[in-house]
This record gives sequence, structure tokens and C-alpha cells, in this order.
Amino acid sequence: MKFAFYPGCVSRGACPELYPSATAVAAKLGLELEELRGASCTGAGVLQESNLFLGDCLNARTFAMAEAMDRPIMTICSTCQGVMGQARQRINADPDYRARVNQVLAEEGLEYKGTVQVKHMLWVMVEDVGLDTLKSLVVRPLSELRVAPFYGCYIVRPRSALEVDEHVGRLTALESVIEALGGTPVEFPGKTRCCGFPILTINEVNAVAMVAKHTEDAKVRGADAMVTPCPLCHLNLDGYQVKAMGQVRQRIELPILHLPQLIGLALGLDPKALGLGRHIISTAPVLEKLSKVAVRA
Amino acid sequence: MQVTLKVRRYNPEAEKPKDYWQEYNVEVESAGTVLDALIKVREETDETLALRCSCRSSICGSCAMRINGHAALACKTRVSAVAHQGEPVTVEPVGNLPVIKDLVADFQPFWDKVRAVQPWLQTAGPEPEKEYLASNEAMMHLAGVVNCIMCGACVSDCTVLEVDKNFLGPAALAKAYRFAADPRDAATSQRMGLYNQYGGVWDCTRCFECVQVCPKGVAPMDRIMALRERVMANGLKDTYGARHTEAFTEIIEHSGRLDELRLPLKTYGYTNIPKLIELMPVAIRALAKRKSPPVLHKSIPGVENVKRIFKKVDQLQKGDGKVSTEKAPPKP
Repeated sequence: MKFAFYPGCVSRGACPELYPSATAVAAKLGLELEELRGASCTGAGVLQESNLFLGDCLNARTFAMAEAMDRPIMTICSTCQGVMGQARQRINADPDYRARVNQVLAEEGLEYKGTVQVKHMLWVMVEDVGLDTLKSLVVRPLSELRVAPFYGCYIVRPRSALEVDEHVGRLTALESVIEALGGTPVEFPGKTRCCGFPILTINEVNAVAMVAKHTEDAKVRGADAMVTPCPLCHLNLDGYQVKAMGQVRQRIELPILHLPQLIGLALGLDPKALGLGRHIISTAPVLEKLSKVAVRA
Repeated sequence: MQVTLKVRRYNPEAEKPKDYWQEYNVEVESAGTVLDALIKVREETDETLALRCSCRSSICGSCAMRINGHAALACKTRVSAVAHQGEPVTVEPVGNLPVIKDLVADFQPFWDKVRAVQPWLQTAGPEPEKEYLASNEAMMHLAGVVNCIMCGACVSDCTVLEVDKNFLGPAALAKAYRFAADPRDAATSQRMGLYNQYGGVWDCTRCFECVQVCPKGVAPMDRIMALRERVMANGLKDTYGARHTEAFTEIIEHSGRLDELRLPLKTYGYTNIPKLIELMPVAIRALAKRKSPPVLHKSIPGVENVKRIFKKVDQLQKGDGKVSTEKAPPKP
């Protein structure tokens, strides 16, 4: 399984634990990644606020690079996934629009032909690696762990840009992966709601209120940890949980794991190599629970 | 087919009013809607069940409610599409609005917010002898947004309203766009000032809930983004929202990738001492865990190609104006 790897900015910036954990898991699963080194930021939906066409051109440039490599793109960020999915949908749907985009790309000698596939690592687990294979590779089952799946927005909406109706497993992929790793998914109301990150610099009170709501809801339903496929959700849910606790005057302290960290733990990778020591909310309670389970040879 | 409806009920006249779930088993035709099922319950099983409905053709917008957790028109939702493997279908009133009884919500806050955006044309100059004329071309981009039937589905599932009732919300802001972007309207600068305020366009989280649940393809969030663009184009750039967008775009143009250290500093302003002090605890906690982004921000390889795209797009958009950034969104 070969992919053009698009790690996104945050996995090496404010969430530096994500990039190494994702590449370690990929290596363990035999995913062959070639990084799209010259690709730009997707615009994250923010650049698109001031210029949607510009955003589409930047993403089409990345698509053209992946087409030249003849590989589907694999992302590890829901926001990148969502923004690229939306750009791809707009450009693929309208040949005239694509021609205008390609007119911009032509100066670099690139052309987007409309064939790119963009897949988040979460979907790769379900659709390419396969849940049975994943299950067979587990050496440290998460049987003691109750995990709240936090999808956030961009990996579930808008459904048409993410082609979830053609791939029905995508809407329940986090639960499927948690179960394949031996853990128990915890149902809570906010699992596909917004984490609040996009308005963190604009309206921090609201952004932090969302963190408090989701983490508290998961906690009272017995979650030991929350897992998210989005580093931006992670930045808010982990980085601002202390503020959230202050806002609601409650002790929450729910560890927030990146998806590859959760997978890596079950595959027997070293917690330190997965960056579990680099979280604001300590992941020690998770590791303690896991230590109760014997590691399979 | 046989279906179990699990309905969220609330009776304000009960001795101690409290909401609770009640299940009804009902037989519906294979093509029957959730509304058909609810009406059947009311007519044949439980006449105390309160719900609003009228046209049964997804035109009047009366029967928005939460079905299996997401807002939808009951008359547009087939039972067969939501009754998964014999599991009960949950039916609740719309969210983010006070409940009057059972599935009936009080829409007063909804209408107050729609009124607050001045949803009427404000023209200038002498009145024409006949009607105000607008070209087909100038009106086409409004074709989606005028489809709004004010059902409240978007307001129901808005993630911001869940934590902040002050937000104008997706329905009112989509309506605001409908008038602000009308070629006959002449109150642009006054409108932009109004929508730029606290609780306005910048408070949306871009979560796509409203785009997903709207039964008419209005895509309120996309209208809010188009309003942000218009607000900035009208020179209103001194908000954290506008500065965040501008700073983000500048950083990408400069280096091709996000600089997470400079983005908040540029947004708040390097001399905004109170805000920077507020940031300190979060920054210190991150630094202690070695979570800080690189201080020396590196550009992507071949960043000059990104810069060239910025320049080329700018030329094209200034040149013929035909490369619209307000492209009509595809159906969700």
C-alpha cells in the first residue's frame, strides 16, 4: 500500500508528537509513504474565507503532485482531509472551473487531471489495512480502556465532499478501530460536534466552553481517554482543557490521544516514541491501565 | 412497515414539568415519512402528543425536529431511511430553542435574530417608475439562499448556539447575506458594520452542521464565509477574526506552511500586552512538554511556486472579475 503522504503543518508544529507516531504506525503496518515535501498548507478553511479560488488552486497543486506520483494522498489531519475533500469536489464537479485552476498551475508546469484520491489514515485503517489485519497485529490489547471517539467536524461533514455515502464505514470508523484494538468505545453526545478550535483566537470563551462540554460528557460516561483523528481538535481538547476546567470549576483531566498513538500502543510501540509524554493532560492513567494487560508475544 | 418512535415529551402543565421519553409502535406504509408516523400516533394512539406541521411537502418549514439526533424536516424524512435494523427512531424537538410542549418549540428567539439583520431591501436614489431591475446574472448566486424556508434546522444543530445564545446564528446570517449580496441593496457599509459585531459573522466555528442539515441546500455557513469576505472587503479589518484570516493568508504566501507561533501574535498584535499575558499560561504549559512549534520557521521547498500562485490569482481576479470566489456550493 503506497501513499503520497500529506502530514499537514500541525503534526510537526504545535503537535510534534503526531508526525513520529503516525510514521511509526505506518511502518509497522507496511504502509509505504512518500512525503509530498513541496506541498503547501491547505488553507485550513481560513485562507478560503478571504479567497476560495486561491485555496482551490493551492490544493489542486498538491493534487497534481500526487497524480504525478501515481499515489493516493494519505492525511493525518481531519481539517486537511476536509478542506482537500471540499476543494477536490468543487474542482472535479466543473470542468470549466478546473480549467481556470489549471491555468494558474500551468506556470509551474503542473496540471490537475481530476483523478486524485484523498484519504485520512483513519479510513486507510478500515478500507486498506482492514480491521481484521489490524486486529491480528495487536499485541497489547486495549481491553482495559474505555475510549470516547471524537470525530470533530471535517471528517464527517459535509458528507458529499467526504464520500461517506459511498463508504458507509467512514462514519463509524473510530469505533471500529477502537474495537479492533480491543478497546470499548464510549458513546457521548458531542462526538461529531465542533471542538471549538477555529474560534480560539476569536472567541476563546466559547471555544473553551466546547472543550469543557465534550470532555466532561465523555468523562461522566466512564471514558478513560478520548481519541481524535484531528490535531486541531487535539490542540484545543488537550491544550485548553486546563482552562476549561477553570471555566466549569470541575476536575476533568481526560487524556486526549491522537489516532496513531492509540493504534501504536495496541501494536506494541514504545509510548515514549509515540510522544505520550508530550501532552498537557497526563496520559499516565492510560498507560497504567494498559500495563494491567499482558503483552502478547 | 412497523416502527418504534421514541419521542421526547414535555408537558408544561404537568404538576412537575420534566421531559421524558415515550415509545410508540406504529405501522406505516413503506414510503411513509416520520411525519406520517407522528400524525398517526396523534390521531390513533395519543391525542396529547403536540407537534407542528402544515404542508407535508417540505415547503412550509413547520415540522423541523431532531430525528436520530440531527435536525430534519419530519415530512421529508422517510421512516425506512432512519429506522436502522428495527431500532427505535428517536424524535426530539429542535435544539437551541425553548420547548413549549413535546415537539413544539418557541421560535421567538429565531425571529428576533432574523429581524436583527434587517431582512429587507434598503435601496437608494429616487424610486423607479416601475420595479427595481436586476439582471439575471447578478441574481443567480442568490438562487440557493432564497430557498430558505425558515424551518430552524440549522439553528437547531448550530454548535455555537449550544454554548452562546448571543450568536446571531446560521439562519439569520444566511438571510443577512441574501440582502447584503442583492444588487438592488444600497446599505452595504451599514450592514457590514452590523454583521461585524460581537455575535456576528466571526463567531461561527465553520463546523458544517448547518450545511449538512439544511433541507433546502441554503448552505448557511458558506454564506457566513462570503459575508466575512465582504466585511473585510469593506475595510472592516480590526477584529481578531479578520486579522486571523489576513495573518493566516500572509503566512502561507510567505512560507507555504502555517507558522503557529506567529499566527496568534499577528492576530492579537505584537503590542497587545493584556492578550499576550493571557496567552502565557497556555504557552508555558506547552513549552514544558516540548510542544512549541519551531521558533525558526522554515518555508516549504519550492515556496516561490506558492508565491507565484498568489500573484497569478490576484492578477486574474483583478483582471476580469470572472473568477468568482463566491462560487455556489455543491449540494451537501
